[in-house]
Amino acid sequence: MAIDYKLITKEGLWSNNTVFAQQLALCPALAVTTTATNGLGMGLATTIVLIITNVLISMFRGVVTQEVRIPVFVLLIATAVTVIDMVMNAFLHDLYKVLGLFIPLIVTNCVILGRAESYASRHPILPSIVDGVMMGLGFTFALVLLGACREILGSGTLFANASLFLGNAFAFLELTVIPNYKGYLIMILPPGGFLVLGFLMAGKRLIDNRSKSKMAIPINAVST
Amino acid sequence: MSTNQTILISGPHTHADNSVQYIMGNVIIALLPVTLFAIYLFGLPTLYLIIISLLSALVAEYGCLWLMNKPIRPFLTDGSALLTGLLVALAMPPWAPWWIAIVGSTFAIVIGKQLFGGLGQNVFNPAMLARVMLLIAFPLEMTTWISPHPLLFTGSPGFLESLQITFIGISDIDAISSASLLGHIKTELTLGHSIPEILQQQENFSLLNSFVGFTNGSLGESSSLLLLIGGLYLLFRKIITWHIPVAMIVTTIALASGFHYYNPDRYLDALFHLLNGGAMLAIFFIATDPVTSPSTAFGKILFGVGCSSIEYVIRTWGAFPEGIGFAILLMNALTPLIDHYFRPRIYGRNRSGKPLEQGGKS
Repeated sequence: MAIDYKLITKEGLWSNNTVFAQQLALCPALAVTTTATNGLGMGLATTIVLIITNVLISMFRGVVTQEVRIPVFVLLIATAVTVIDMVMNAFLHDLYKVLGLFIPLIVTNCVILGRAESYASRHPILPSIVDGVMMGLGFTFALVLLGACREILGSGTLFANASLFLGNAFAFLELTVIPNYKGYLIMILPPGGFLVLGFLMAGKRLIDNRSKSKMAIPINAVST
Repeated sequence: MSTNQTILISGPHTHADNSVQYIMGNVIIALLPVTLFAIYLFGLPTLYLIIISLLSALVAEYGCLWLMNKPIRPFLTDGSALLTGLLVALAMPPWAPWWIAIVGSTFAIVIGKQLFGGLGQNVFNPAMLARVMLLIAFPLEMTTWISPHPLLFTGSPGFLESLQITFIGISDIDAISSASLLGHIKTELTLGHSIPEILQQQENFSLLNSFVGFTNGSLGESSSLLLLIGGLYLLFRKIITWHIPVAMIVTTIALASGFHYYNPDRYLDALFHLLNGGAMLAIFFIATDPVTSPSTAFGKILFGVGCSSIEYVIRTWGAFPEGIGFAILLMNALTPLIDHYFRPRIYGRNRSGKPLEQGGKS
């Protein structure tokens, strides 16, 4: 059976996007995305965990029996998360302070277990890595978009404190979109997360419907 | 062929002569006295604020209908958007800047109403949703209470000055504004003063003043008397039923009197609770919204009791001086549940939905 990497890519980034389509991992998606930088950090951390766990689970898929697979998966995920947690605490301490509780909570992130159960445990290592990368990047994309919208609306900046996370070379990312902005506080508070997420999901469906109706026209033209 | 054909029309055959337009129109009429009084009391900036609020509600409604390919004329002229805009305006501080009105009205229409599916589909009262959103998003602007500046008296801003207040801002805001009465009492209580002391220091405070309306607060909080008249008009016109207002008033009186009797230094009395803040506006105009309140008599009473209890709890022990907006939104969220559990008995069936025993054996 040939593995369709293009399909994996498309599913991970767009059509089966973890946040916008599967609606998994909404807790970190809503809680940490007060700025685009936080979203990027959380997204990348989750991506790395996802790749590691997908590899591990794909490796062990032959030896783990059906009955004990969930405990084994959780054990592997917890190990990977603990490593990431310690690495971030050591090397990206400022971002770690912001993301705080949510890094250890990646263990309970349904995206990770979801991909382990539905993909990595049934496929060889290489496709599992690609799936992990694409799903993770899709998650990162969703979080950065969510964070960017909330940050621009809520405090008028974009990628504030990005240099803390990415190093001083990326200080150019820090923009003040709206100068002298008083701030639309609710966008930074939890309700803003729900509102923006709702609008983004509606936007995704709008784009999907548009492209679907575009594809439908030539078929009609042929049949008539 | 006989010309005397019987036309078959399915039931119901008796109609109440009600339409959305009729109901909305009557509510707006009932709100007119207090609106005019607010304009008189706080001057031209208030008038501009109301106009901006109404216009942006209409524009938002138009935009949503246009985006959703819905018929525009019937929905735009049914008065519901106008009423929402007016209620949002009445829930704002009198000299709020223009963008507060635009953000509030647009939020109420777009997110409070149209996203749920338009008129009659919304879970939450759009005007209260907008007010709570504004209060959380712009705490400073939403709690700048101007002292009354009656029209035609000295100190009332002129035409151009009023435009400046609405569109640019007020220069020496602290000189002419003060905390609302409920907010003032809340801060003083935390400083250890007792309620009789606080009320004595408050210069022109009297319950009569609160009743007639020469107090600071948001537009719709000014005159309890005019709100009461408007509410009675709605009751008389049978736009609203008595259940929710009576339940709310009785609950407030019971709770407030009980605690006041227990410790008058710490707890305000019932009349004070009823006449100050947004209580009257909420009792007659917000809580009785037919879309977001339960539909059975018992459900309505439960809804009213809930609204007033939560309001009292927030006012007395909560972080905000006024909690009626939160109270109504919380009870709005419970409304589907109330409607689910307190259904009226279906004719010919018992409460659990089984057919009634028929006389004689079939």
